[in-house]
Amino acid sequence: MKLLTSISPLATALVCLPVLGCATSPAPFPPGGDTGSTAGARIVQPGAPGEATRVVAGTDLEALGGVAHTEADVAFMQGMIPHHAQALQMTALVPDRAAHRGVHQMALRMEISQRDEIALMERWLRDRGQEVPAAAAHHGMEHAGSGDLPMMPGMLTPEQMEQLQSARGAEFDRLFLEFMIQHHEGAIVMVDALFSTDGAGQESELFQFASHVDADQRAEIARMRSLLAFLRP
Amino acid sequence: MTRPTLPLALAALLLTAPAVALAQDGSAVGAQAAGAEARATPPRLDWDPNDPRIGLAAGWHDAESAVSGMEHLASLQRAEGFFNPETPGDGRFSNTDLAFQGPYMFQGNYNGFQVYDISDPASPTLRVSVVCPGGQGDVSVYGNLLVMSAQETRGRLDCGVGGVEEAVSGERLRGIRIFDISDLDSPRQVAAIQSCRGSHTHTLVEDPDDDEHVYVYIQGTNSPRPGEEMAGCSGAEPDEDPNTSLFRIEVVRVPLANPGAAEIVNMPRIFADPETGRIDALHAGGAAYEGAQRTRRTHQCHDITAYPALGLAAGACSGNGILLDISDPANPVRIDEVFDPNFAYWHSATFSNDGSKLVFTDEWGGGSAPRCRGTDPATWGANAIFRRQGDEMTLAGYYKLPVAQSETENCVAHNGSLVPVPGRDIKVQAWYQGGVSVMDFTDPANPFEIAYFDRGPLSETELYTGGFWSTYWYNGHIYGAEISRGIDVFRLTPSEHLSEAEIAAAELVTLDEFNAQMQPHLSWPDAAPVARAYLDQMIRAKRILAERAEALDALLERAETDTASAAELQGMAATLEADAAQVEAGLQGGDAARLSALAGVLRGMAGM
Repeated sequence: MKLLTSISPLATALVCLPVLGCATSPAPFPPGGDTGSTAGARIVQPGAPGEATRVVAGTDLEALGGVAHTEADVAFMQGMIPHHAQALQMTALVPDRAAHRGVHQMALRMEISQRDEIALMERWLRDRGQEVPAAAAHHGMEHAGSGDLPMMPGMLTPEQMEQLQSARGAEFDRLFLEFMIQHHEGAIVMVDALFSTDGAGQESELFQFASHVDADQRAEIARMRSLLAFLRP
Repeated sequence: MTRPTLPLALAALLLTAPAVALAQDGSAVGAQAAGAEARATPPRLDWDPNDPRIGLAAGWHDAESAVSGMEHLASLQRAEGFFNPETPGDGRFSNTDLAFQGPYMFQGNYNGFQVYDISDPASPTLRVSVVCPGGQGDVSVYGNLLVMSAQETRGRLDCGVGGVEEAVSGERLRGIRIFDISDLDSPRQVAAIQSCRGSHTHTLVEDPDDDEHVYVYIQGTNSPRPGEEMAGCSGAEPDEDPNTSLFRIEVVRVPLANPGAAEIVNMPRIFADPETGRIDALHAGGAAYEGAQRTRRTHQCHDITAYPALGLAAGACSGNGILLDISDPANPVRIDEVFDPNFAYWHSATFSNDGSKLVFTDEWGGGSAPRCRGTDPATWGANAIFRRQGDEMTLAGYYKLPVAQSETENCVAHNGSLVPVPGRDIKVQAWYQGGVSVMDFTDPANPFEIAYFDRGPLSETELYTGGFWSTYWYNGHIYGAEISRGIDVFRLTPSEHLSEAEIAAAELVTLDEFNAQMQPHLSWPDAAPVARAYLDQMIRAKRILAERAEALDALLERAETDTASAAELQGMAATLEADAAQVEAGLQGGDAARLSALAGVLRGMAGM
């Protein structure tokens, strides 16, 4: 990837003077390009505390690109998509089977956040020229089994999925919460594994995403546990 | 004093038993039902369909823009080495927060920081770029020191760009870095303070009684790192591990003469219940009632704004807004907390100059989501403005960017600072791709917009995280940190909402240094623009006798050319004070507070 070449400002941008009425009508930006300068500025890189700061030569710019993704990062994203996809298969069962309104609400919120996250993971992989798992295409299917999804930590076995599918009412609510807690705990295991892998989890966007998944799933587990405790006699 | 507010108590009740108020068919039951019915659906955003901000064409560096009440003076794209020319959405190079000192502006970036020379605000120049990745890279300046936040796993002690090879490594730095910037062209790292959750943001805190130290509060929001890398770090729940790294901030004491000896001196449990000692005593996470926003659990502060002159700090702490007594900066003590059922994530805080009001922001969607669409509630992802009396904060009103933004614009309330117009409370604020909005919150129940700047989205089809991270007033200008475009500089212009004199009065306030998270007390010299600012405000609100206004105008005109005598100024001051007394006695209409303030300015001018 070619990084760090400068972008030429729009040479033909119209000049927007306040007297011409920019205040009320949209105007091209920037007004005649940059109005200050970054050209030829000095670039330095400090050392560790107590160490000297070095000057970075212009030719070194390519080296400043930062940490790129690793194989483990790609595998994490490729694995998390089917993991999330199964959560959507589970939430798809809720409208026809769940009894408690709390379970309905929880499933709705999960569906929204898992869909958003799947979209983010797909874009992340696409942007980096990586394969987007085919399993993603199945997410949200009403009657999908889990047989076609690769097994990631915490994911329901085909037997568990069948058990959930055939449950109704209070029994479904309990199973759904128990299985979703197991499922979410798997995501936390996956995040832990990512950060325990040498060199992995350091690319900015991926770090942010994995941290977010970790926090979000922990919070949902806590909510599911308290709902489960409330439902249990 | 710790007093759970009603919504907080209610939230806690609902959280221990999340569905207690709801029957299985979904209808509300019991005592909660009446309350639930009384709670209206959050109001929809309402906006002017002719607002010029609607439908601006997209573009990275060629988007259309609209501006009102200010002038766009300058813009400067990101520095070489600090962007990816292939996409505006590369998070490794996002610009972050700003800090100011003398003629310099410091801008954080996930890849390091920049120093701009802003001696001529209309033509800023880049002085030096400093490479030191770690994100967010929020910066503060204090004398010869610059403090920077680092939270990412790629952060290295030696500012290297290659990340850390091993999963557990002593080469990693997550926490704060302290640089000596006495040689601005070659900032030197003098300390690196490790913390369990890294530093998402940080806050400088001065001790008015100690000029040999400065304190830094570290706000970490990521999962704690493993104990193998840093002893004692733990992400366990409090019942499993009472020493968990959650539910706290870290306090660093920096000896100014020897910053290399900076160290963590306290890890206060500021969410604890002082009676039971329980450390996770604030919001437990979740919605307060059906239809309410889902509020994050309070186990971290996202940001804290200190106001050392008041001995107070306001913490925006995920599920709650809190007030801290920081009269002993090493030992902040929580004295109040508030909860808001409309808030998803308490993000940042700003005091009014007199400290009687607080603006808290809600970063619903985390900053990367479009939350200013026409379908998004007007009280979600907004500012909530509180009144403060002593230890107690009470909700007064909400403010949200008053125009809808598109699906490809991440937009929600974000960072800002006060615009020092005497007699009014005004804040200039960043709304990511929603642009810049200048809000008057003098009446906290009825805040309104007085100026704005907005660009079209980065892309018409893709949602890239971009837009303004922060916009701050510094010595007469508004500076904007644009995440993926660079920096922008603005100047306010007179409008129906703001007079020339009010702007001139604001421009009289000059600071040697400014960090938005360590709020300074602002004061104005006794000068004609300040007097005129008060006069304009009373004329605008029809709160002064017309004959008095005319006489004042004539007197100030002469004062501006040094042809008004001290006796005349004193005489007018006495007249205004008499008016104020009449107003207070209910014998005359008018604005007693401003009349008195204006009289004070005139007396000051007479004494010069």
